[in-house]
Amino acid sequence: MPAPVIVARDLVKRYGEFAAVDGISFEVAPGESFGLLGPNGAGKSTTMRMVGAVSTRTSGELSILGLDPDAFGPEIRSQLGVVPQSDNLDTELRVRENLLVYGRYFGLSGKLVAKRADELLAFAQLEEKGKAKVDSLSGGMKRRLTIARALINDPSVLLLDEPTTGLDPQARHILWDRLFRLKEEGTTLLLTTHYMDEAEQLCDRLVVVDKGAIMAEGTPAELIRRYSSREVLEVRFGSDRNVEVAERLSGIGERAEVLPDRILIYSDNGEAELERITDAGLHPITSLVRRSSLEDVFLRLTGRSLIE
Amino acid sequence: MSGVTERDLVNSATLPRPVRSLYAGNARAVMLRGWRATRSTNWLVVVSGFFEPIFYLLAMGIGLGTLVGTVTTASGQEVSYAAFIAPALLAVAAMNGAIYDSTWNVYFKMQFTKLYEGMLSTSLGPLDVALGEILLALLRGALYAVGFQLVMQALGLNLSWWAILALPAVLLIAFGFASLGMAVTSYMKSFQQMDWINFIMLPMFLFSATFYPLTVYPEWLQGVIQALPLWHGVELVRGLTTGDVGWDMLWHVLYYVVMAVVGVVFTTRRLRTLFLD
Repeated sequence: MPAPVIVARDLVKRYGEFAAVDGISFEVAPGESFGLLGPNGAGKSTTMRMVGAVSTRTSGELSILGLDPDAFGPEIRSQLGVVPQSDNLDTELRVRENLLVYGRYFGLSGKLVAKRADELLAFAQLEEKGKAKVDSLSGGMKRRLTIARALINDPSVLLLDEPTTGLDPQARHILWDRLFRLKEEGTTLLLTTHYMDEAEQLCDRLVVVDKGAIMAEGTPAELIRRYSSREVLEVRFGSDRNVEVAERLSGIGERAEVLPDRILIYSDNGEAELERITDAGLHPITSLVRRSSLEDVFLRLTGRSLIE
Repeated sequence: MSGVTERDLVNSATLPRPVRSLYAGNARAVMLRGWRATRSTNWLVVVSGFFEPIFYLLAMGIGLGTLVGTVTTASGQEVSYAAFIAPALLAVAAMNGAIYDSTWNVYFKMQFTKLYEGMLSTSLGPLDVALGEILLALLRGALYAVGFQLVMQALGLNLSWWAILALPAVLLIAFGFASLGMAVTSYMKSFQQMDWINFIMLPMFLFSATFYPLTVYPEWLQGVIQALPLWHGVELVRGLTTGDVGWDMLWHVLYYVVMAVVGVVFTTRRLRTLFLD
């Protein structure tokens, strides 16, 4: 097995008394697409900044491409592509200029950067927008430009912090398609997200993070198998009745979660459970059988929803 | 293929470790960015700043100067009023150019556009960013100053061949102000605080022996003015353009060297604290 690209052991980042990251350990293999899944404030972005060599760890071990970021910050950063949570494109420059200038920050020659800029504009589907002002781009286009910019130095690892947060569904799918292509080409991806569908689409392996610590680790399928059932039955009886009805549902399914707006019943056969409910004389306002997702895993592990 | 060029590796490998994490030897890329940005959005502002000291020279030097006649400089030399204030305005031109870029422009980049955050996630170090921005501000100050000195030459206000040395002198003045300006700005958190910079700049411009000799002030006030940077610039440039040159001018040079170094050091430290925590 090839040496891992990123190794974190008992990684801690403390701001005063508060531990934003509290003893995280994980490894990312070359070519792997690895995710940090968790709610806002779980310590994902702080972890990303430490891996990106722009934030110094308080304690623990961290190695990126075999180098310690405390001593080799610039060397590490020269081999990373960074897509931050909020776009920080250079609004004083045009679209193509953003790529040219960013490439020069890495000490690359003007000629090389110009060639790559054109390739990357094509990759980001922004060929027509080269001379446009950054502010005139849509949210999805800005995001694609940020990703193109992160690729200008042909990085070994691409760090993506919440890549599709704030985008409409269509823009998200275009972006996922682009990221999937990178994955197929063998780029190592490290991404954070609080969208379980994103994690399922893009991650080979992931860790579930909450309050600065890792709750579970595995492939999306493994995590679902380990922490959830095959299917989930969602029933709604109206906000005021859910709790009362839930008591009468005990014994149905492997496990139930009562949320303010609905009851989730975990089972390998959702339809069968629904029949048992109606046989018992209960008639939900709406019902839905679906496959288990990482959202259910998260709920099981933390007792909370990902998006609150 | 990796994103590191051979030049980077050779350069940074020769630097000691602590410097290496601050400086990638690529301040040029930061300047290049500033040049492109200025070219595409700000060139009108650049041009307007150029004319300001020229208007002062025409209004005060030529206009008011007809009433004033001649002025006796610190060394006892009699010069026309225009020739007296022109070198001061030359120093002011360098100062204004340098300050504009290194204060308000830097403030916006820090607070709103997250430009430095982006730069520092590449292989650039905080010293690259500080030097690049300061050198760009310096260039703008130099551009104003060169234009202004051409006007002086045309109006016959360069009284000596020493005036040629006023060019490197204004470069140094611009470096000092750009460097200190960026350092101070990097600690600013609000518009109100930024206004303090204007509050200091205007009186400094008016009272630093710009329009009349320092001797009109009581002694204690002379001391205050002499502690401020612009007076040193005015004296240095005035000495050169009027041909009144002596070794004691090196104190003015030293003042600006210290100012520039202090500014670069504090800017670098501040950028590291803010963006590489």
